[in-house]
Amino acid sequence: MMASAELWPYVALILLGFLPNEVWRFLGLWLARGLDEDSQIVLIARAVATALITGVVAKLIVFATGSLETIPFSVRFAAALGGFIAFLAIRRSVFAGVAAGEVLLLAGGFFFAR
Amino acid sequence: MAELRDFPSKRAAFFAGMRAAWFSVFFLVLGGTYIGLGALAHDFGFTAWWLAASTMVIWAAPAQVILISTLGTGAAFLEIAIAVSLSAVRLFPMVVALLPLVRPGMKTKGDYALVTHFTSVSMWVESLRLLPGIKPEFRLAFCYGLSVGYMSTAVVFGFVGFHLAAGLPPVLAAALLFLTPMSFLTSTARNCREMIDILAFTFGIVLGPLLAWYQVGLDLLWTGVIGGGLAYGVHRLREALT
Repeated sequence: MMASAELWPYVALILLGFLPNEVWRFLGLWLARGLDEDSQIVLIARAVATALITGVVAKLIVFATGSLETIPFSVRFAAALGGFIAFLAIRRSVFAGVAAGEVLLLAGGFFFAR
Repeated sequence: MAELRDFPSKRAAFFAGMRAAWFSVFFLVLGGTYIGLGALAHDFGFTAWWLAASTMVIWAAPAQVILISTLGTGAAFLEIAIAVSLSAVRLFPMVVALLPLVRPGMKTKGDYALVTHFTSVSMWVESLRLLPGIKPEFRLAFCYGLSVGYMSTAVVFGFVGFHLAAGLPPVLAAALLFLTPMSFLTSTARNCREMIDILAFTFGIVLGPLLAWYQVGLDLLWTGVIGGGLAYGVHRLREALT
């Protein structure tokens, strides 16, 4: 029983992580010669994937877990917003956005952590 | 037409690829992202080795974020698999666009499987930028070097983040956990090229927490389908009106 308990996360990794992810790489390899990057299917796929990933990200900020939970929601929200504004203002630099967000979160956490 | 970059051997092209990976902007982005993922994996009770394995077999940070956060909270298996799969659709057109560039050096089916598996945003962006300027017979070796450079970076920083999260005071550990949403928010925004992308981006941010708040079943799937569908609908409407 012990061995299966240790093995389970790896089984889940293959079945729920590797296979559902890798299938698209193989579809690309076998089926898609000459598919236009602006075709309607690709456009819909990109929109769904974008909404899905920003949904996950927003959930990570709003319903924080673990040590991020010790930082109040208002601080997490302000830090994300400030970081995003910095990203837009400083030549759409990912690095600038992340750095600004982190500084704001640390400053807010330092003063308001529960 | 400028002279194509030449190499004395395939080995030299491979190491040049690794160098290119370590000195590109994605080195920092990957470092930050995987430190964050390391902290996330630690937070949800996974081991550091599991994270390293997931980095190597999945090799797509969004899918890893989804897998870790859903598996860790005990979501339905079918929902996890579909959510991971939906996040990976972008790999499909990327593979299609990349293969013609590296095809000259391809020998075995193993080469096709490996290049396809290595395809990820960082490797893809740099490959499409750099490979056209390299002699065709050295492109595959260079691309392998680039991929190995990025993947090793991700694995190492995953370990770093995991162990930092284990030993840091709460406020600093919180800052590490914040790396994942912050870097994904900005890098996804940077990939937004047209109005449809910006709409999908915004709908996702609003719908994700909203549907979870009202405890709608399979909330992530609905976020993707409704948010992406709405964005596409508005896009078509705008096209029809202009």
